[in-house]
Amino acid sequence: MSTTASAAASPAPRPAVADFFDKAGMLVVLAILFVGCSVFVENFLSWRNMQGLALAVSMTGMVACTMLFCLAAGDFDLSIGSVVACAGVLAAVVMNQTESITLGVAAGLGIGALVGVTNGYVVAKLRINALITTLATMQIVRGFGFIISDGKAVGIGLEDFFSLGSSALFSVPTPVWITAGCFALFGFILNRTVFGRDTLAVGGNAEAAHLAGIAVDRVKIVIFTAQGVMAAFAGIVLASRITSGQPNTSQGFELEVISACVLGGVSLTGGVGSMAFVIAGVLIMGIVQNAMNLMNVATFYQYVARGLILLAAVLFDRWKRRKQ
Amino acid sequence: MSVPAPALAFDRVSMAFPGVKALDDVSFDVRAGSIHALMGENGAGKSTLLKILSGAYTPSGGSLALDGRPRTSGDTSDALAAGIAVIYQELHLVPEMSVAENLFLGHLPQKFGLVNRRALAAAARQQLELIGEELDPWTKLGTLSLGQRQMVEIAKALTRGARIIAFDEPTSSLSDREVRRLFTIIRELRSRGCAVLYVSHRMEEIFELCDRITILRDGRHVDTADLATLTRDAVVQRMVGRKLADIYHYTPRPPAGPGLVVEGLCGPGLAEPCTFSAAAGEIFGFFGLIGAGRSELLKLLFGGAEKTGGRVTFAGRALTLTSPRQAIEAGIVLCPEDRKKEGIIPVRSVLENTNLSARRRKARAGLFIHEAWEQTNARERTAQLRVKTPSVHQLIRNLSGGNQQKVILGRWLSEKVNVLLLDEPTRGIDVGAKSEIYTIMQDLARSGVCVIVVSSELPEILGVSDRIAVMRQGKIAAILDRAEATEEKLLKLALPLESGPRGAELPPALATP
Repeated sequence: MSTTASAAASPAPRPAVADFFDKAGMLVVLAILFVGCSVFVENFLSWRNMQGLALAVSMTGMVACTMLFCLAAGDFDLSIGSVVACAGVLAAVVMNQTESITLGVAAGLGIGALVGVTNGYVVAKLRINALITTLATMQIVRGFGFIISDGKAVGIGLEDFFSLGSSALFSVPTPVWITAGCFALFGFILNRTVFGRDTLAVGGNAEAAHLAGIAVDRVKIVIFTAQGVMAAFAGIVLASRITSGQPNTSQGFELEVISACVLGGVSLTGGVGSMAFVIAGVLIMGIVQNAMNLMNVATFYQYVARGLILLAAVLFDRWKRRKQ
Repeated sequence: MSVPAPALAFDRVSMAFPGVKALDDVSFDVRAGSIHALMGENGAGKSTLLKILSGAYTPSGGSLALDGRPRTSGDTSDALAAGIAVIYQELHLVPEMSVAENLFLGHLPQKFGLVNRRALAAAARQQLELIGEELDPWTKLGTLSLGQRQMVEIAKALTRGARIIAFDEPTSSLSDREVRRLFTIIRELRSRGCAVLYVSHRMEEIFELCDRITILRDGRHVDTADLATLTRDAVVQRMVGRKLADIYHYTPRPPAGPGLVVEGLCGPGLAEPCTFSAAAGEIFGFFGLIGAGRSELLKLLFGGAEKTGGRVTFAGRALTLTSPRQAIEAGIVLCPEDRKKEGIIPVRSVLENTNLSARRRKARAGLFIHEAWEQTNARERTAQLRVKTPSVHQLIRNLSGGNQQKVILGRWLSEKVNVLLLDEPTRGIDVGAKSEIYTIMQDLARSGVCVIVVSSELPEILGVSDRIAVMRQGKIAAILDRAEATEEKLLKLALPLESGPRGAELPPALATP
């Protein structure tokens, strides 16, 4: 192809640095942050702290997997924090009453699936904005969690159940293994399955996807359902770790997960996202929080820092898009 | 000097979009106290010119001058402040607010930082009187008829003290009575010394109302003249121009067998049941003005809208078309009119856009992406259609319009296609890519595909089609053979019947612009 012929089709060449930053941006930030913390923060690099860090990000990581799909499809889910709490509480209540771990876990996952299907149906079929829909279910589900627990923590009597959260394999906590598995599984689904590619197409342009024969509504409902089940699962793991169902837990968790995804380059307008970057986003959030804990930064200041990171992430997203 | 500077002068204005030159070196003057018609076919550059005037676009070359002074910045609020008002077909009003608030939106009369309601009502009444509308200023805008809203929009332009007012097809949604009133207002504006730029397809209106005319074609300035010196034929001839016949690459083909048969099809946007048939290997054209129901008809065939009656068969088999997916499975595919909104996934690659539909059928176990096929298919389609792209991994939004259209064609050539529906396939595409797309159409028809093409461009529809159906106001007005079709015949059939109240006879679906 002659250079003149392709001039109109190809974009202006960009500086190599910008291009590299675009491709590897957050991975670079993650590497710098990790090295910086290792050098300057005492005890950061210890095995014990690494375990703690991994455990702390495991919940965000799990739910970020499905949130990635949600955002990539051009939607939002604010209800996950409430689902985490409600599923934990429900699992605890059912376990205490039936003495069966299976039934407890099933009940927890069931409530997550129910919330997810509802979100998906209302967003896809009734065409209500996802922000509004999940804002509503967020409050409904939070309230439901309080109702079934009467507002109090529900202690769990079945000790076998605690191994889900507190056991370890090769001295790596089980929840971390689960999260790693989720990263692999959902990364594979996004890149290597028709469903994953359809998700990105729906987020990139739902109308065009529909006209290309993609069942847009079905894709959205499946994603919201998976999101609900995943959040419920995270809630059950949490309940196992803290040996009780806490109706108050995980308020603001949804924003933590969304920040991690956006930090990982997932476009809030949909159509763009990759698992590797989301993992980077999750780790960045986790490392910052972990470092602040080690440096004894008071919790109140940590909120400020988290907010600033979210703002920075959104500005970064905008800046990247403006540049193109 | 005795000659005053023109109120508005376009000086060598150019506008380039990726891969397309929408305006190329356009210069003409609009005089104060005159009504200046702007005519040209769809895609000639009229709307781009209006958008430059309103400040929505900054021209990539050339400049505008107001009263001889060049306008420096291109910003919509600057344009408003400079006394420029552009009244578009889609009105820019807030239906939830009152007429008075709409009139003074952005510069409401204030008192101690609060809206001065009494002053607002008085000022609104005065403006409404000026245009001869008797309306309570506190009426909610959303409750008004389309014609009344148009009048409010004009009154709004006048509140800003506009001296240069451009109308974009203002009569398309007005009744005859409203059109008369609009003309009176426009003449009144002229006598007050305003410069009026008037865009319309209706020849009658132009000759009745306007003093001068500028004709654009393919983004270029063709002529500016006093209307008194021109006949209608002369105007049409300048609009259409003489184009190279061989860009269409038309070669007669024998019909390749039974094809699409549509009997009594009814649905949204169609005023009467539609009946036509197109053989396999035939290129069947649909001509008509915007809003004549052509896109709606294609949408029905593609399962994008629910039909309310009639039947569609292909090669004798009846088809149920309730979703695009079903249509695609039956081999009916659509290249939509609005490529950006309905065709491409802008943030994804050429490869993904090409494989968007067919990858479902090629996937392993129906679930897993067939990586090798994806690569091969994207490369083959890109090569076959000569898509100019550095690689198949390039984001499609970085391609020119013509190449984007080829990728969408490639998407469908990855499938088994029986009927190819093309809605304005070359809109916003430069001549070179147009010619290539015409070649592809001819090749596909020769290979037995039934090609149905909708276009508002006369030379295009005449150049590519074996037969042409003309649509007017939601129904098929006539079907002509290639040999008997001429531009004059098609235009005459496509124009709305001028007798009777214009607004009243439009079906409701078409009354909304």
